[in-house]
Amino acid sequence: MSALTFTLKNAPQQRVDLSALTPDALAGKSLADIAAIALPSGHEQPRVDALFDISGDDATDIVIKNATDRLDYIGHGMRSGRITIHGNVGSYLAFKLRKGEIVLQGNAGDFAASGMAGGLLHVHGNVGDFLASAIIGERRGMKGGTVIITGNAGERAGDQMRRGLVLIEGNVGSYCASRMIAGTIGVMGTTGEYLAYGMRRGTVLLNNAPKLHATIQDCGSHTLPFLSLMFKSFRDLPTKFAAINRNRVQRYAGDIANDGKGEILVFK
Amino acid sequence: MIINGVSIDDTFAEAFGMRGTRVIITAQNLKWAYNAAQAMTGFATSVIACGVEAGIERELTPEETPDGRPGVSVLMFAMGSAVLMKQLETRMGQCVLTCPTAAAFSGLEGGDRINLGKNLRFFGDGFQTSKVFGGKRYWRVPVMDGEFMTEETTGMVRAVGGGNFLILAESQPQALAACEAAIEAMKKIPNVIMPFPGGVVRSGSKVGSKYKTLIASTNDAFCPTLKGITKTELSPEIESVMEIVIDGLTAEDINKAMYVGIAAACELGAANGIKRISAGNYGGKLGPFLFKLRDIMSGDYA
Repeated sequence: MSALTFTLKNAPQQRVDLSALTPDALAGKSLADIAAIALPSGHEQPRVDALFDISGDDATDIVIKNATDRLDYIGHGMRSGRITIHGNVGSYLAFKLRKGEIVLQGNAGDFAASGMAGGLLHVHGNVGDFLASAIIGERRGMKGGTVIITGNAGERAGDQMRRGLVLIEGNVGSYCASRMIAGTIGVMGTTGEYLAYGMRRGTVLLNNAPKLHATIQDCGSHTLPFLSLMFKSFRDLPTKFAAINRNRVQRYAGDIANDGKGEILVFK
Repeated sequence: MIINGVSIDDTFAEAFGMRGTRVIITAQNLKWAYNAAQAMTGFATSVIACGVEAGIERELTPEETPDGRPGVSVLMFAMGSAVLMKQLETRMGQCVLTCPTAAAFSGLEGGDRINLGKNLRFFGDGFQTSKVFGGKRYWRVPVMDGEFMTEETTGMVRAVGGGNFLILAESQPQALAACEAAIEAMKKIPNVIMPFPGGVVRSGSKVGSKYKTLIASTNDAFCPTLKGITKTELSPEIESVMEIVIDGLTAEDINKAMYVGIAAACELGAANGIKRISAGNYGGKLGPFLFKLRDIMSGDYA
């Protein structure tokens, strides 16, 4: 069996919702059935075969080629299998992902990993704003799973994040971990302004000293045993974070304007 | 059956079903891991009055522990799950939480999940935080030396307690030397503990007493100073009897431990005053597990 491959014929004029193309949604379907699936796109609902050339037959291993930033909701609610994407994608990548793995060879738009509850999202590129955050109207962002970004993330990464692990090898924009409820965010590069604004609980792990606002308080230098355990759990992840083996950090706590149980740990 | 001049009685040890759990304790170094583990397994020789029977199973290298620090594994057994859970929580709170640099982790993946640090987190008075790594929840409790880290739960399994054998010798020093040799060998067997002081018990008991309030009393049939005035089990040359009690996660583990222990005692042999190996039982009617000495010594492990 070979990977079920969708090759985009032409860049669509309108945004296209690809929620229907997940391994569990396509399990047991024939190629004809898959080709006939209607994909919401503006006022229209083009068939899959109108947008994509389809080849292969293994629905547990989906490949999307020639992707563009008009393709939204890839891996929406996925519960099993793997999706590999070549090219850039639009918003809501891995939206409410439950299980399985999504690998993107390109850049993603806003709200990647929003509502994600499990599985792995691995982006070999940059992501837009609101990574792992709550969508408008939701009160919780990412709820579980692991997100690895090899490039940079935009603003509000981890806004209202509830649980899970986000590892960003590049830089993040302003308001990273804003209103964060729990979970762990690691950033190897630099952070923008108002880091951890309104943060309630959770951990932000930084390689570079951040610029902190007034309601984040310095708790001193510490050797924290739990970091050994955490980095051990990173060992099998495909990220530069897997090579870290340090547990001496400067600990900042906050945001004391909002509960203040969160922590920012900066490697010494 | 005679091994190196030591007579192996045609009898059996009678053991009972228990509930068992394992906890891994790590610390900055082995010294402090032992300090925590020894406190946690203190006053835990017999369920009769201690609630649990507990002991240190073995040392763990940093590579074997979850947090990469040196540690020891502790086994704890009780007659029921409620007692085990209560005792585990109490001992965790008073002996591990309090011990500088110590951390505690689950030592059993399978079985029922019981609280390890789940309720100890409240010592943090709201400053405690949890982290989930690899699907397991850990608690970080701020304490005066830094942070106390503990896994939320550990496993509890059906286990076996009360495996035993008696070493009968011509003198007290010789009986003790044989016991020490046996314990040294048995400590190398995984999944078992010998809960009495140094692994050895000198006050073996029988069921009942002339005093109505006592449920157990001295095993007079094996007391050498009573040879002339009771229905003794001892021949004239026996001057001292000591017992080794074994709790294990499975009957197979106890079999192995009994074999290596008896073999080590017999290694000293009659030339060193070791005359007989026997075992304690209640006629085979009370305990579901019977460990027949001669079967063990002539079985798969021989």
